[in-house]
Amino acid sequence: MTDRHSPLNRIHVAAGASFTDFAGWQMPVRYSSDLAEHHAVRTAAGIFDLSHMGEIFVVGPEAADALDYALAGKLSATTVGQAKYSLLLDRSGGIIDDLVVYRTGEDRFMVVANASNREVVAAELLDRTSPFECEVFDESDELALVAVQGPRSREILIATDGFAIEGGHPDGRDVGEKLGELKYYRALSGSFRTQPVLIARTGYTGEDGFELYISPDHAEELWNALTEAGTPLGLVPAGLASRDTLRLEAGMPLYGHELGTDTFPVQASLGRVVATATKGDFVGREAVEAGPAPDARTLVGLVADGKRAARADYEIFASDDSTEAIGVVTSGAVSPTLGIPIAMAYVDAAFAAPETVVSIDIRGKRLSYRVTSLPFYRAKKD
Amino acid sequence: MANESELQYTSEHEWVLVEGTTATVGITAYAAEKLGDVVFVDLPDVGTSLASGSIVGEIESTKSVGELFAPVDGTVLEKNSAVEDTPELVNSDPLGEGWLIKIEFTELPPLLSFDEYTALLGE
Repeated sequence: MTDRHSPLNRIHVAAGASFTDFAGWQMPVRYSSDLAEHHAVRTAAGIFDLSHMGEIFVVGPEAADALDYALAGKLSATTVGQAKYSLLLDRSGGIIDDLVVYRTGEDRFMVVANASNREVVAAELLDRTSPFECEVFDESDELALVAVQGPRSREILIATDGFAIEGGHPDGRDVGEKLGELKYYRALSGSFRTQPVLIARTGYTGEDGFELYISPDHAEELWNALTEAGTPLGLVPAGLASRDTLRLEAGMPLYGHELGTDTFPVQASLGRVVATATKGDFVGREAVEAGPAPDARTLVGLVADGKRAARADYEIFASDDSTEAIGVVTSGAVSPTLGIPIAMAYVDAAFAAPETVVSIDIRGKRLSYRVTSLPFYRAKKD
Repeated sequence: MANESELQYTSEHEWVLVEGTTATVGITAYAAEKLGDVVFVDLPDVGTSLASGSIVGEIESTKSVGELFAPVDGTVLEKNSAVEDTPELVNSDPLGEGWLIKIEFTELPPLLSFDEYTALLGE
């Protein structure tokens, strides 16, 4: 497979980024230090290139009904401008991908998929929505995604010249007011200079922030304008390494780690995302209603003392001398904000209660971890 | 900080400073950069005898775990406790304050020169 490059690749190279392969894309893993980038997002702001994400549009008079059938959530209950976290389930109740769906019009939805799942999501949507009066377009190559995340994000967008909000003042004088009013998981259509842009108050860091969808040909211009306005406010470019520790602290699941086709939503505490009570038939309904096997493991948070991080795939035991695994780590790191090792893991139900002490095999050495509720970190509200 | 052209290297991205029968060992700037921010360093205790090529410690970053290989046969003479307390020294000064262990060795195996190591990185 040939490496794919983001439309912002030139900027990343010039900024001295280190790159990592992510689902066939060469994406910035860090620019300088992942810890510094992480702290910048918690205290000021970071700018991320997420152009590898997939954007699939479902458009037509029956688009809402089609998505109610295709996805786990009740998308027909959303209003224009609203975003909703949802899941694409398979018939046996497993999670094919987790998604954010934006209702950008009465009969128009944008489904944002993980880069690694773009093709399967597009194919499933096409197949599942075929009985309905709607069309599916995979526009992933026609959209770049730039995220500004952190407590100073709104200030940075306001300080950036060139934004205007649809239906608002053409010179953008009301951008600050409109962005201030924009609630979490809501989006506004607008423009950046001559280009349409979707401004969403969404993110994957546990901080306030915005995600901006724009044509790839204008992504550089947008990135540079945000960087110029944001640098004096503490904005730094941030790579995928910091994005991963940020989402882990915020207790947000990552497809391929906490989520997969072998996982039922309820195991990942995502039962609330599945609208079994409020809508009709949808793919996966029967299996979800039947529920996972009685001995299915459940997702928990884990913390420890010291600096030794349990990482994905490490086995968990009831005690230091026990040899029968009762769970497995799905993500782990030393939390940059808290300074202690944190992890997410699937454990047997008997070990899922907070304060339960378990033993993790860290490359041959056993270390005690304690079950805790998620998230590990919650942003302060101002 | 040691002059990188005067150090010797291993294909495991470690540098070795030979002074008499003492080898000071650390990881190269390239390895530190690849690892990312180092958050934990596990070093062998003083007096541990080491076999060249064996894994004797760990260097953990936020993203991954790097292994410390013994570049020579010998005995641990000293470990850098500063780097255990302040692992970021591995990133800020990999060839200097970020050194890891000193080994008393009996015989020096063939190591790479700076030019040879640089050529290896270019591949």
